[in-house]
Amino acid sequence: MLNANTLRRTVLSLAAASLPLFSATAAHAAAEIGQPAPAFNAQGADGKPVSLASFKGKTVVLEWTNHECPFVVKHYESGNIPQLQKEFTAKGAVWLQVISSAPDKQGHVDGPSAIKINGFRNAAPSGIVLDPDGKIGKAYGAQTTPHLFIVDPAGQLVYKGGIDSIPSASKADIARADNYVKLAFADLAAGRKLAHASTKPYGCSIKYAD
Amino acid sequence: MHATTRTHARPGLLPALALGIGLALSSTGSMAAGPQASTPQVRAELVASVSAVEPGEQIRLGVQQKIIPHWHTYWVNPGDSGLATTIAWTLPEGATAGDIQWPSPGRFAMGPITNYGFENEVTLLSALNIPANARPGALFPVKATVNWLVCQETCIPQQVELELNLPVVAAGSPRQPGSPLIAQAAARLPVASPWQAELTRTASGLNLGLSGAGLGALKAADVWFYPDQWGRIAHGAAQPVKIEGDRLNLSLTPDDDPLPAGQTLGGVLVVSSPDSVKGYVIQASSAAAPAGAGTTPAAPAAEPTLGAALLFALFGGLILNLMPCVFPVLSIKALSLLKHVHQSPARTRLQGLAYTAGVLASFLALAGVLIALKAGGSEVGWGFQFQSPVFVLGVAYLMFVVGLSLSGAFTVGASAAGVGAALADKPGYTGSFFTGVLATVVATPCTAPFMGAALGFALGQPGPVLLAVFLSLGLGLALPYLLLSFWPALQRLLPRPGRWMERLKEFLAFPMYGAAVWLVWVLAQQAGPNAIAIALGGMLAIAFAAWLYANSHAVRPLARHGSRGLAALALGLALAGGYIGIRTGAADAAQAATTKVSGKTWEPYSKARFDALRAEGKPVFVNFTAAWCITCLANERVALSDESVIAAFRQAGITYLKGDWTNQDPQISAHLADFGRSGVPLYLFYPDGDKTEARVLPQLLTPATVIAALQTPSSPHLAKE
Repeated sequence: MLNANTLRRTVLSLAAASLPLFSATAAHAAAEIGQPAPAFNAQGADGKPVSLASFKGKTVVLEWTNHECPFVVKHYESGNIPQLQKEFTAKGAVWLQVISSAPDKQGHVDGPSAIKINGFRNAAPSGIVLDPDGKIGKAYGAQTTPHLFIVDPAGQLVYKGGIDSIPSASKADIARADNYVKLAFADLAAGRKLAHASTKPYGCSIKYAD
Repeated sequence: MHATTRTHARPGLLPALALGIGLALSSTGSMAAGPQASTPQVRAELVASVSAVEPGEQIRLGVQQKIIPHWHTYWVNPGDSGLATTIAWTLPEGATAGDIQWPSPGRFAMGPITNYGFENEVTLLSALNIPANARPGALFPVKATVNWLVCQETCIPQQVELELNLPVVAAGSPRQPGSPLIAQAAARLPVASPWQAELTRTASGLNLGLSGAGLGALKAADVWFYPDQWGRIAHGAAQPVKIEGDRLNLSLTPDDDPLPAGQTLGGVLVVSSPDSVKGYVIQASSAAAPAGAGTTPAAPAAEPTLGAALLFALFGGLILNLMPCVFPVLSIKALSLLKHVHQSPARTRLQGLAYTAGVLASFLALAGVLIALKAGGSEVGWGFQFQSPVFVLGVAYLMFVVGLSLSGAFTVGASAAGVGAALADKPGYTGSFFTGVLATVVATPCTAPFMGAALGFALGQPGPVLLAVFLSLGLGLALPYLLLSFWPALQRLLPRPGRWMERLKEFLAFPMYGAAVWLVWVLAQQAGPNAIAIALGGMLAIAFAAWLYANSHAVRPLARHGSRGLAALALGLALAGGYIGIRTGAADAAQAATTKVSGKTWEPYSKARFDALRAEGKPVFVNFTAAWCITCLANERVALSDESVIAAFRQAGITYLKGDWTNQDPQISAHLADFGRSGVPLYLFYPDGDKTEARVLPQLLTPATVIAALQTPSSPHLAKE
């Protein structure tokens, strides 16, 4: 059983490594847990370039967002995500929002608007990555807003999935849900293997360019 | 009782409103309590299969969603994003509603994201059980709080409340037909697949192979497989289809939560043609992992042949006779034989044959149910019926009644003189037949040596083989009494009848009471502490009924009918109350039970924990057990809790995992199946090193056998049985 699993993983990662050109179509297999997280160089909302490589040595959270999506609203209006951003950036992690909505689609904003919206909703990320052509989103296989990815200080992807365990648009569920980001940071801090490394993301679909 | 388990707070003011897509109304929908409610995207209506309900019947409810063009709601597995519609029912006391019966879905792709759901119109059906005490003339209010996510490109979560008041009428009253939507929706439900399904792992992923008549006529472009769980396969990945003759192969791509080894891939195969869409429910088990794949056990390779399985089953059945639950029943039967020494040998032989017929008929029924359940894709095994708390309660009551009867609390029929046990001691052949049935019922919680291998083999085989093995097991169980009835010389070996027989009969009531006590304990494990009160209350009512009944023989006809009626009422109360109480309590308790962790010498088994330990190459001892399995409990008490064994575990750094199969658990079923087993107990020892093979321990343990198994250097597996 175990060997079969290891074998399958190896085959998959070999396939992924040898076929990087197909990663855009096979969005699911692109970002694998335990593999180097896909690198990116993009423009930040503040006009400065952002590259994943520049954060080597720090834990990086990538949070796909769309301020008009009701599921994102749930986690911002309730203060859930802003609180997580404050807690973990205070502990030295880098928290990046990523906006992959294509121009003219829901959630698409320019840099200054993105910063202004964060002001309204008390968000406190380290930065905002603009991805209007969806390249970063597709490289990670991001599907929903919110959809979270965590990259460890060595640049390996250690978590991908939902913000918590109860897929709903209701704020009342937040308190009852297991918060996967908190659990992931707790496991990372204790040097443990993540108990939930890949979970089901939930939310609105990302409004990629057609 | 309120069926509402979760109520969502209404989502707050949604910025979706600010989007300028022309939404004028609150997206949470109207709260008007009526059968209909609308949001700008969806008009919902609650309908029923009948215009009026009768007490005690089951009807169907439907929640229809009419969706504006280009928008959709979601299936049970919504795909890459989205949310399945949920319905929370608020029902009158005693009524219960089933899960949503999902129609065959369609799929929607937006860039790299694929969703499964419904557009234009869909009706979600649920079964509704009307309580027997619903009062004709009254209204039966049904309230549904329906939550859904409706999306086009943007998504809006919405909630509506629907209410329907159905008049209650007496059974058999004429009534108008219900909503035609129900029948239309029923026609859209997927049906059981008529094909054989098999899952194989390939280099690139999974292959779902179907075989059977009619597949050759399908067109590849019309076929899509919808997995019913998120992450099992990539929702939007192409599914290349190959059709050759009556065989269809679909290539599937595993996704973020791939199917664990040995588990079943469930879903719906949808075949669409211009004029129809038809769904087929698929449950595909992955075939055994390829040879040489790590710890995959060698046990199945040493699988017995049919002949050996039949022989094992026969021995297993024979040994069952000595099990603590079966022995009293058999003794009673033997005693009754002594009492009838005066009867002709031919009649004695017929008694033996009737008993054997009873045993075999019960095993036939058991095998039939197993075959049907397996065909339906369930993971079942020996003793599976004890995973139902209602069944456990039923058997506890039965043991108690037999005990009461043995104690002489009541007697059945007028020929009371000296006749004790209700079923078991009835003089006729029916009595013998039902003793056979009783023996089978009480034998099921026991697994005897030799049985495990035979049953494990049988459950993996086609129907006729399974039947043959079960009948052989039954024959083994019936054999001692059958021989006794056919062999006068053997009968002469029995002691002479006398007063002692009455004493022994009364004494034998105590093992029956003991069995009832044990079953109530099992019930408490399954259904929580409330179940104890329900079960004991039921027994009180049964004892009361027995007392009323016993005293009704002597009195005048009027009083006799009265007290017998009262007795029947008390009995009915015990059965109905027990059934309803246990049914509703079981689910919560199962939830609670799984989270209960003991800080003792063992850890609860989970596939993840097991895999993690094995990946680290740690030695692991696995005990698969169930509260209703006597053999298991005996082994735990005698061997696995023994100081020397615990010390040996600690010394060798062995992690002791205990898998509790008291309630159905697919992970454990899969692990058992890896070893060709279908029931508990199963004891496995995985020595350290991540590629070592598991040692299968015998089904009857002593501290010495366990310790020997831990220390044996490298014998591949210690013993089959």
